[in-house]
Amino acid sequence: MKHPSGPTEAGHHVLAFVAVLAVVAIGVRAWAQTPERFGFGEPASREAIAPLDIDVRPDGTGLPAGQGSAREGEVVYAKHCAACHGAKGEGGPADPLVNAEPKGIPPFGPAYEQWRAGRTDVPFTIGNFWPYATTVFDYVRRAMPPAAPGSLTPNETYAVVAWLLAQNGIIGDDAVMNAETLPKVVMPARKMFVPDDRKGGRTVR
Amino acid sequence: MHKPPKVTRRAVLAGTLGAAAVTLRGRRAAAQRASDAPSPYGRLPNELGTRASQEQPKRLPSPTSSRTPLQDLYGTITPADLHFERHHGGVAAIDPRAFRLLLHGMVERPTTFTLDDLKRFPAVSRICFLECSGNLVRTGGEKTTAQALCGLTSQSEWTGVRLATLLREVGASPQASWFLAEGQDAAQMTRSIPLREVLDEALIVYAQNGEAIRPEQGYPARLLLPGFEGNASVKWLRRIELADQPFMTREETSRYTDPLAEGTARQFSFVMDARSIITSPSYPQTVQPGWIEIRGLAWSGRGRIARVEVSTDRGTTWKAAELQAPVLPKAHTRFRLLWRWDGRPTEILSRAIDETGYVQPEWPALLSARGRRTRYHLNPITGWTIGSDGQVLFGIERVKA
Repeated sequence: MKHPSGPTEAGHHVLAFVAVLAVVAIGVRAWAQTPERFGFGEPASREAIAPLDIDVRPDGTGLPAGQGSAREGEVVYAKHCAACHGAKGEGGPADPLVNAEPKGIPPFGPAYEQWRAGRTDVPFTIGNFWPYATTVFDYVRRAMPPAAPGSLTPNETYAVVAWLLAQNGIIGDDAVMNAETLPKVVMPARKMFVPDDRKGGRTVR
Repeated sequence: MHKPPKVTRRAVLAGTLGAAAVTLRGRRAAAQRASDAPSPYGRLPNELGTRASQEQPKRLPSPTSSRTPLQDLYGTITPADLHFERHHGGVAAIDPRAFRLLLHGMVERPTTFTLDDLKRFPAVSRICFLECSGNLVRTGGEKTTAQALCGLTSQSEWTGVRLATLLREVGASPQASWFLAEGQDAAQMTRSIPLREVLDEALIVYAQNGEAIRPEQGYPARLLLPGFEGNASVKWLRRIELADQPFMTREETSRYTDPLAEGTARQFSFVMDARSIITSPSYPQTVQPGWIEIRGLAWSGRGRIARVEVSTDRGTTWKAAELQAPVLPKAHTRFRLLWRWDGRPTEILSRAIDETGYVQPEWPALLSARGRRTRYHLNPITGWTIGSDGQVLFGIERVKA
């Protein structure tokens, strides 16, 4: 648009250039004011980190020394878990943990629907929906029993995890679970999980 | 478009005479005049305000959660004491003086930060919604309120420090691609979060709607991931560990994953898809024929709401509602549509469309995309039926299996 009494086109360009310079200058100044580091916080030593670093990863990183079998775990389970999860892990006030049927297929999808025909739905359990045995250890240690999380010893935790795996038909009653053997347990749900493929747009996923 | 009814002088006269003739109305008018008297000299200023005694919106609690009374609220910010709750080990009691946040793993300088340390860093504020991924109750029957249906969504202005600021402080390794966020609650709630996906927006927040965050929202500090399912914004945050792969905790394997029709299960399904809900009129309201402003909320975890469409004829035709500015990304957005109800039974519905072009789906479309045993991220179009008597009820047919 022409403004007879206003600045010329060249004038506009100069103004725009000055404006850009100003914005850049402000940007640079703000940048310069943010230090590389603020120096807040205290360095955390290895010794300070260790008691907090309780997570267990699928490759076994984080598993403590100790061991336990399903036979030993039966006692631990009865004492600390059965009141909420049922005597055999069938569920109660808290979630069911055990379900061995149908073997080898998830509790949903075409194969399951074919198997189900007329039956009531089976619950999601360690046997059919947990992809890593190490996660069972991690979760029991961090969160169970709810009134005193972290109160089970490493041996008790290995034992009760072994009992849960055995009840679900994944390992034998005599199999010993420890930092070596637990990550090697292949869970039925191991290959079930896929990344999120939703990404907005028109398609309902 | 309907025209407003004409007001004639005769109608006004008839109305006035009619009112005068009815003794009951006369008495009511006298009572109103008495109440027009000025209030006696009121109480003096005090330290802490309270709600009007006649206005007492409440959360709707269950053993694992409590729901925001969406139908009782007018704007987009949820009063902090009405923010929904979902805990995995109850409300943790953390002493703010003992609070420490540990950052470690793939970092050059493992560091613990006190609450004061966090507050010394440059602060940022962000208005966004938080929604639980399990936010649909289909089984309450026609006497379901908006709160009972989907009250596990709330919105606040959150203030804290950018995660990116802390990561720079501790010298995060460029190879780090995931981090574990861990809470100090009884469940020691843990989630693995993809670092690059959240780096621009992730905050460690210590304030909500201008004051310290509430105990049930993670006091003294929590992670905040705008647009993500609520449980990923780990409360009572104690530890962040950087790694080059996810940790596969219980909450991202056997929980908060989505079984699909083909027999696989979707994992790390963080983003909340677009959704809307008409909050008025809704059950248990009764409405009269004539002008009704349909009001509601819409939101999307993928960005801004682009449009909300409302149907007043059971989904046959749709009209664009007005959106209340400012429309913020990943935020509850108010929509309103003026409608003249003719008194005939109908159903009113709303559907949200976000800036990616995503259209809030019908329940059958969701079911066929995911299968019968889908559990989370259920955001179907829902609505309210209105009977000839004006009674508003939840439209149960929309979400029948």
